[in-house]
Amino acid sequence: MEKIFQKISFGSATLVLIILIGIFISLFIAAKPAMSEFGFNFITNPVWNKEVVIASPTNQVKQNTNVNQDDSVVENDFSDDDVIPMDDELNTNSTTKTIYGGLVPIIGTILSTIIALAFSLPIAMGIAVFLAEIAPTNISKIVGGAIELLAAIPSIIFGMWGLYYFAPLVADLFGGFQVSLLTAGLVLGVMILPFMAAITRDSMNTTPDVLKESAYALGATKFEVIKDVIFPYSKVGIIGSIILSLGRALGETMAVAFLIGSIFQLPHKLTDPTISIPVALANNFGEASGLGMSSLFYLAFVLFILSFAVISFAKFYFLRKENA
Amino acid sequence: MKRLLINKIVLSLCTLSAILGIVFLGWILTTLFIKGISSFHFSLFVNDLINGGLRNLIIGQFILVGLASIVGIPLGMIAGIYIREYGRGKYPNIIRNLSDIMMSAPSIVIGAFVYAVVVVPSGHTSGFAGAIALSIMMIPIVISTTDSMLSLVPKELREAGIALGASKYKVIFDIVIRSAKVGIMTGILLAIARIIGETAPLLFTSQTSNYFSLDLTHAFPSLTVSIYTLANDVEASSRDLAWAASFILTVLVLFINLSGKFITRNKK
Repeated sequence: MEKIFQKISFGSATLVLIILIGIFISLFIAAKPAMSEFGFNFITNPVWNKEVVIASPTNQVKQNTNVNQDDSVVENDFSDDDVIPMDDELNTNSTTKTIYGGLVPIIGTILSTIIALAFSLPIAMGIAVFLAEIAPTNISKIVGGAIELLAAIPSIIFGMWGLYYFAPLVADLFGGFQVSLLTAGLVLGVMILPFMAAITRDSMNTTPDVLKESAYALGATKFEVIKDVIFPYSKVGIIGSIILSLGRALGETMAVAFLIGSIFQLPHKLTDPTISIPVALANNFGEASGLGMSSLFYLAFVLFILSFAVISFAKFYFLRKENA
Repeated sequence: MKRLLINKIVLSLCTLSAILGIVFLGWILTTLFIKGISSFHFSLFVNDLINGGLRNLIIGQFILVGLASIVGIPLGMIAGIYIREYGRGKYPNIIRNLSDIMMSAPSIVIGAFVYAVVVVPSGHTSGFAGAIALSIMMIPIVISTTDSMLSLVPKELREAGIALGASKYKVIFDIVIRSAKVGIMTGILLAIARIIGETAPLLFTSQTSNYFSLDLTHAFPSLTVSIYTLANDVEASSRDLAWAASFILTVLVLFINLSGKFITRNKK
């Protein structure tokens, strides 16, 4: 019994490793056709699902004359000409190909994440300071609980609320489209707010009281204690929490899907609609096939690597968990 | 004087941001409540989506989450026990870190993974694929709570058990798990609350269905996926239905969440 259970427990722990490796390998295999077709240019190519003629211009002219010929063919019905346009049609078919590039969703993902961080960072720090240092214990508990509830709300709810209530307000304030990079980033910011605030508060709470008390005894104000004692002491944890929230924001799908506009187009202003990697996956997976499907898996692979890198960076450098 | 002034300003800004956080929560909840109540009706629980109700979706979501829990909770718990009780050397720590990374992995990527390994070979979307995607999301959450709850059990309890001649297996199940029970249960409730509102991993694994279905080998009704499609519908009646569904979903999630926290508070 003892031995069997030990084996089973080892097996289920190893399952985590197997799943992670499985995700990596299966995404890689599914993305392989797109990888070999587009290579690393995929990442810098802003074109998505566009038929491109890769023949010489003369061929194109030919194609145009073909159309005219086609018209005449209809008039002449079964003439000898019929054979020629058929041949040419085949030719033009073989010289066009569909090009997929991932630049737009990659840029959209990164920009919406940056907006989310810029918006939520100061507010989350404020909330954390309020919870850890300003509020009396019982108020801190209530407010902290409320902030945690905000984290529990499903992301699809954030999306609906954002689309029908928050986006009109943002559009009124800043102009532009209701569905845009800006509104998506701001709602994303509201979503990661409780997460960031909670970890920041926890790391601030690790500051020993003795340090704070000695600073107060020297006549420091609360702000000076926060700035010069608590922040330096919990700096590492706070940076870790920020990067972890960044990892969250990178992969968030549903809230962004409602708000970013879902157009494969580089944004020129913050208020332009665009698309992010998760949203590209969510909206196009159902209809895609062949190379398009493979390109979506390529995007999923890029996202997986990106978030894996960000999260493990945060884990290993800032939030190292002790063994005990 | 200047120092005191700066102090005042910064502290009020911090208080303001806490208020702002509460305002966002209040805003979302009030919106949901007003929109949800106005389109809420008890016939929603009787009719299926095809007849303008939500019955099949709610039952479908429960089945998906239930299946994911049946797979995910024991696996996660046993893996957590391994990490804390059995593991030797560096290996358990590696698994712990990987599990943490998996917990934060984008849920849509997990959906894409399950699509590649389950949906593509079987040729179509299915309830099973959705449940698998959800259980993959659940395992690392359960691992992390089990791990941290077991770490709170004092070493002396284990030593006492072993001194009485109990096998390690007996010590773990009769002593360690028993004393960490409340914490683990809370963690499991929070894990369920988290995956019950998940949409992204279900989008192309279980998809959704307008009809009542218990057949897990085909597209399966899902509340969250249907909210997404209904909310983007041009018809106002569909959007009203989406609000009612969101209201029910949020009440459910918050209820599970709060009852989890309530259990811990009561025990303390």
